[in-house]
Amino acid sequence: MYNQKNILETIEMIDKQHLDVRTITMGISLLDCCRSDPKAACQKIYDKIARLAQDLVRTGEDIEAEFGIPIVNKRISVTPIALVAGASDTEDYVPFAQALDKARAATGVDFIGGFSALVQKGMTAADRRLLQSIPEALASTELVCSSVNVGSTRAGINMDAVALMGLIVKKAAALTADQGGLGCAKLVVFCNAVEDNPFMAGAFHGVGEGDCTINVGVSGPGVVHHALQRVKGAPFDVVAETIKKTAFQITRMGQLVAQEASARLGVPFGIVDLSLAPTPAVGDSVARILEEMGLEACGTHGTTAALALLNDAVKKGGVMASGHVGGLSGAFIPVSEDEGMIAAARRGTLTIDKLEAMTCVCSVGLDMIAVPGDTSAETISAIIADEAAVGMVNSKTTAVRIIPVPGAKVGDTMEMGGLLGSAPVMPVHPESAADFIRRCGRIPAPLQSLKN
Amino acid sequence: MRAIVTVIGRDQVGIIGGVCTRLASYNVNILDISQTVLQGNFTMMMVVEAGQANLEFGELTRQMADYGAERGLTIRVQRENIFDAMHKI
Repeated sequence: MYNQKNILETIEMIDKQHLDVRTITMGISLLDCCRSDPKAACQKIYDKIARLAQDLVRTGEDIEAEFGIPIVNKRISVTPIALVAGASDTEDYVPFAQALDKARAATGVDFIGGFSALVQKGMTAADRRLLQSIPEALASTELVCSSVNVGSTRAGINMDAVALMGLIVKKAAALTADQGGLGCAKLVVFCNAVEDNPFMAGAFHGVGEGDCTINVGVSGPGVVHHALQRVKGAPFDVVAETIKKTAFQITRMGQLVAQEASARLGVPFGIVDLSLAPTPAVGDSVARILEEMGLEACGTHGTTAALALLNDAVKKGGVMASGHVGGLSGAFIPVSEDEGMIAAARRGTLTIDKLEAMTCVCSVGLDMIAVPGDTSAETISAIIADEAAVGMVNSKTTAVRIIPVPGAKVGDTMEMGGLLGSAPVMPVHPESAADFIRRCGRIPAPLQSLKN
Repeated sequence: MRAIVTVIGRDQVGIIGGVCTRLASYNVNILDISQTVLQGNFTMMMVVEAGQANLEFGELTRQMADYGAERGLTIRVQRENIFDAMHKI
């Protein structure tokens, strides 16, 4: 007989502590969809996605019902479109985004990602065309996500691309001004982007991947928070152990779902992403975990150390629970998607500068941050450059997903609804970095020895 | 296919009988039962064999949940692998 306590514990995690599988993401290679006729390429893209992912949503729902685990999103990631569209005789890549959106609607998934380009060292003509198509692609599609990798530890930072991305972010906001600049919530600028990330908006299916894979992203900040409430005042050794044990359980659930989905869909299992992904719901916050460790508010002194411990313990606990770990794997700190972060940003404790420091020790980067609408393109580029530098030097993935909300001032709130939550508009430094950004060129790759 | 049925809610006359009858009508065999009252809440757990059930597993979970909802009970039917995965190394 099963241990009653264990059964009730699992049920309580799901019912009261928001335990869920955040996403089952099917990665699909579109490399065989290259055609010189752009219309033929788009048709091929649509057909391939619609065929491979036709059972994804139903399979997710079946697993959800049978195991009693909520699976919040079913998603698709595809080969970076710049690599596919580059073969077509066209200047305009927006139809490719529309083909993705059409395939998304046909399959019923929540998001599709991969309107992307990898330009860490240089830009091909196709990469440049893709970048220039991003604002309109985001404005004219509903749930297509875009990402651009502008730097890596091995290549350095492509400052031409960084300068361009500042302008693109601004334009994406302007074209979706009637929705508060929502287009920017679907656009991520990476350094050291990973090829098997199941999380949006940065998911794409890397060229080193197979034809089709299943990747799963777990969640569970609420479960970790709840577990820490039971060890109030205990030393950090106990805190780390508690997080590890909880992360193990969460990941085992993700691994089970990934294996089931893979077997039922007849698609190889790729990875489980061990991320702690918050939602705007009360009780599902990463910030509240940090506060539970003894901080009055997330963002105060001590936050970076608390986050470093959390991030490391999540990985240590999760690694043993899964056959293959990958993706972003770490604690996410998206401001608008985390109830505790929203509160800390509103009270002014959590600032962009502190968030930048936090990204040195956790997964990803400056995520879902709203800034005033009059923030200049150069300032946004400079924020991207800073974050890319953190990733480049520390050999980790960093990213920027920033929304210059048209017409908004510091203190306003941008409501996005759903998992995207609501973003308090945060201040940026008023001093200009325009001359810095205008230099363009490349920041050389950093030394990998003499590490201090 | 083995599954765990959990029944949680206000204690009342005939819970066990009702749930068992219902499961039998779907040709679900009960392998083990344990039951307790925790802080006024009736809590029952069953290990069942649902491999020969006369309806799909998803439908079984919905039917049992609906049956529970009519009586103020939360009834879940979950495949046992989930508990194995989370609590056994």
